[in-house]
Amino acid sequence: MKEWIFTTDHKRIGILYLVGSIAAFAVAGIMALLIRVELSSLGPTLVEDASQYNVWLYFHGAAMILAFLIPGLTGFVANYCIPLMIGAHDVAFPRINAFSVWLFWFAIVLALLTFVIPDPPDVLWTGYPPYSVQTDGNTAFYVFTVHLLGFSSILGAVNFLCTVIYMRAPGMGWNQLNVFVWTTLGAFVIQLVMIPVLASAVTLLLFDKYLGTTFFNPENGGDVLLYQNLFWFYSHPAVYVILLPAVGIILEVLATFARNPVFNYKVTVYGGIWGTVLLGSDVWAHHLYTSGMVDWLRIGMMVTTLLISLPVGLLTISLVGTLYKGSISFKTPMVYATSTLFLILLGGLTGIPLAMTSLTVHLAETYFVMAHFHYIMGITATFAVFAGVYYWFPLMTGKMYNETYSQIGFWLNFIGVNLTFWPLFGIGIDGMPRRYFDYQMYPEFESTQMLSTVGAFIVAAGMAITILTWIHGAILGEKAKPNPWGSKSMEWTHCEYPPGPGNFPTPPEVTAEWSPYNYGKHTAQSL
Amino acid sequence: MTIWFRVVAMVSAVALWAVPAMAEGKPLQDHTEHWNTLWHHVILDMTAIAVVFAAITIWFLVKYKRTSEDQEGDSPSLSFGASMAWAIIPIFLFLADDFYLAANGWKLWNDQRQVPENAMEVKVTASMWSWEYEYENGKTSEDLVVPVGAPVVVRGSSDDVVHGMSLADFRIKEDIMPGRITYLWFYPKEVGEHVWTCTEYCGLNHSDMYNKVVVKSKADFDSWLGTKG
Repeated sequence: MKEWIFTTDHKRIGILYLVGSIAAFAVAGIMALLIRVELSSLGPTLVEDASQYNVWLYFHGAAMILAFLIPGLTGFVANYCIPLMIGAHDVAFPRINAFSVWLFWFAIVLALLTFVIPDPPDVLWTGYPPYSVQTDGNTAFYVFTVHLLGFSSILGAVNFLCTVIYMRAPGMGWNQLNVFVWTTLGAFVIQLVMIPVLASAVTLLLFDKYLGTTFFNPENGGDVLLYQNLFWFYSHPAVYVILLPAVGIILEVLATFARNPVFNYKVTVYGGIWGTVLLGSDVWAHHLYTSGMVDWLRIGMMVTTLLISLPVGLLTISLVGTLYKGSISFKTPMVYATSTLFLILLGGLTGIPLAMTSLTVHLAETYFVMAHFHYIMGITATFAVFAGVYYWFPLMTGKMYNETYSQIGFWLNFIGVNLTFWPLFGIGIDGMPRRYFDYQMYPEFESTQMLSTVGAFIVAAGMAITILTWIHGAILGEKAKPNPWGSKSMEWTHCEYPPGPGNFPTPPEVTAEWSPYNYGKHTAQSL
Repeated sequence: MTIWFRVVAMVSAVALWAVPAMAEGKPLQDHTEHWNTLWHHVILDMTAIAVVFAAITIWFLVKYKRTSEDQEGDSPSLSFGASMAWAIIPIFLFLADDFYLAANGWKLWNDQRQVPENAMEVKVTASMWSWEYEYENGKTSEDLVVPVGAPVVVRGSSDDVVHGMSLADFRIKEDIMPGRITYLWFYPKEVGEHVWTCTEYCGLNHSDMYNKVVVKSKADFDSWLGTKG
C-alpha cells in the first residue's frame, strides 16, 4: 500500500490513473443507465421531477470527459507508455508526476461528493451562466473540480513535454518516435495553452456567483456569451486532447497486429497530428452557431470547422492504409482498434452537417448532436482506451487476459453502443431536444427511446464483462510470453516483463535505422 | 503510375474550381425547403465517403488476414513523391468538398438570417419556464398563433437565463438570453399545428417549456387577433 501511495514511478502512476479513471467511468456509466431508464417511457419513470435527473446529467458529462477520457488517455496511457517508448528511465519530474495523479484523485473525490452534499451542482458539464450563477445548486463544486483537474493536466503537460524533448534514448531522432508519442505531444500542447482559459472562465463564474461580480450579468455591463466563448475556447480543443491520443493508440495497435509500419508516417505526424492541433484551436465558435452571436462570425467558423476535415482525413487515410498488405490477426486489442475505423467514420462524417452553420441551426441541441459526439468522442475514444488496456495488459501485469470472454465483451459493447446511439440520430433529425427529462411534445419517440435504453443495458453487460476480464487476468491470468504480439516498439523489445524500477536493465541506445515500426524490410528511412 | 497521379491531380483541381461555381443559383424564399434540399445533398456526400472508406477497410481486413504465425506485413515503402501525393491529392479532394459545402451552407444561411420585408413581427419573452408572445396590437398569448402564407419573425430576449427558441418542423433555432435581442423567422405554408421547444438547458422544468405553434387561415387569425386575451 505504502509503495503505491508514495510512488514516483511513472508505471505505477499510470496504473493509479487507470484505476481512478475507470472508477469515474463506472460511476458516470451508472448515471448514463439511470438517464436511459428515465427516458425509456413517457412521463416520470424513475424520479418524480428533473432535480435529481439534472444532477445525473451533470455528473455523467463532467466525469466522462474530465475524469475518464482525458485522464485515461493523457494520464494512464501517456504515463505508462511514453518513457518506455522513448527509452527513458522515468519522466523528467517524477515527484511532480506523483503530485498530478493525487490532484486527479482528489478531484474525483470532490466530484463524487456531488452525491452527498445537500445542493449538488446541476449546471451540466458546460456550466453556462446566468443559470449556473442563479441556481441553488452548488456551482463551486463544479468550479473546484475543474480547477483541480486542470492543474493536474497542466503539470502533466509540462512534465511530458520536457520528458520527450530531453530524455529520448541516445540516437533517437524525432522521426523515430512512436505515433502515440506524437499524438500525446500534440494533446499536451493544447492542454498547456488552452486550460488556463477554461480555468479563468469558471473562476469568473465563481466570482459572479459568490462575490457579486457581474462578468456575465448584462444588467451591469456583463455579457452571457463571453462565458460560452471562453468555455469552448478550451473545451473544443479538448475534443482533440481526447481524439489525438485515441488515434495514437489505434495506430499503435493497427501497426502491431498488421505487422506494418504506420502508413505515410511523416504526413501523419506533421500534417495529420500537428494540422489538427493548429486548426483545432480555431473552430470553437461552432458550439455557438445558435447562440445569438453575430452572423458573420458564424460563417467564418463554418469555414475553419470544415477545414478540420483535411488533417482528420489524413489521419483516417493513415489508419486504413496501415492495414494495406498487412498480416492481420484479430486478437482483442485489434478488434477494438478495427471497430473504431467504422465508428470514426460514423462519428466524423456526421460532424460535416454540424460544421455547416445553416444545417446546425436545426440540428443543434438535438439528439443528432448528442449521438454524433458520443460516436466520435465517447465511443471511439473509450474503445481506444480499451484497445490500449488489452494491448499493454501483458506488459503491465506480466499476465494474459482471457481471450474468449474479452471477445464476448467486445461484441456486446459494439452491438450495444450502436443500438443505443444509431436510432437517436433519427429522432434528433425529427427534433428531439437533448438534456430533456421528459418529452410530452413528442410521444411518438417513445419506442425509439426504449430501444436505446435496451442498447444501454447491453453495453452495461459488455462493460462489466470487460472490466472483469482485466481484474481476473491481473490476478489469475496465465503468465504472458515476452512480446506476445511480436511488436518492434521499444516498450516490448527492451523491457523485462513487467518492467521494473528504472524500466530498462541496460539504458537503450538506438541506431539511425531503428524505428518502432521495423516490420519486414522497413527501416526508419523507409517510413 | 505517375500519369495516374497527374490525372487525379487535374481532376481534383478542376473540381476545386468547378464545384463552388456550380453552387450558384436562385435564393429560395422558404428556408425550410432549402434546408431539406441541402440536407439531402449532405447526406449523399457523407454516405459516399463512408461507403468508400468502409469498403476499402473491409476489403483490407478480409484480404490481408494473417495466414501463418510468423508472417510479416508487406506494405510498400513510399517514395517522397508518392507520400506527398497521398497527402496533396486527398487534401484537394477534401478541400473541394469543403468549399462546395461552405458555399451552399452560406447561401442557406443568408436565407435564414435575412428577414423578408413583409414579415409579421411577434415579440417573445422567455422566462423560467414559459414563453410569452406579444403582437403588434398589444395582444399577448401563450401559444404562438400565426396566419398562413406570410413570413413571421419572432424577436425578443429572456428575463432570466439563456433559453433556446426552436421550431424543429421549420428547421430553425436561435438562443434567447438577457442583454441581447435575438430573432428567428419562418414561413408557415399550411394551416396546422407545430411544436415550439426550449433547447438551451434552463434547469428544473426545461423539458416542460414548450408550446404550440398554431397556423390559422388569414380570416381565423384576424378574428383571433381582434379578441382580447
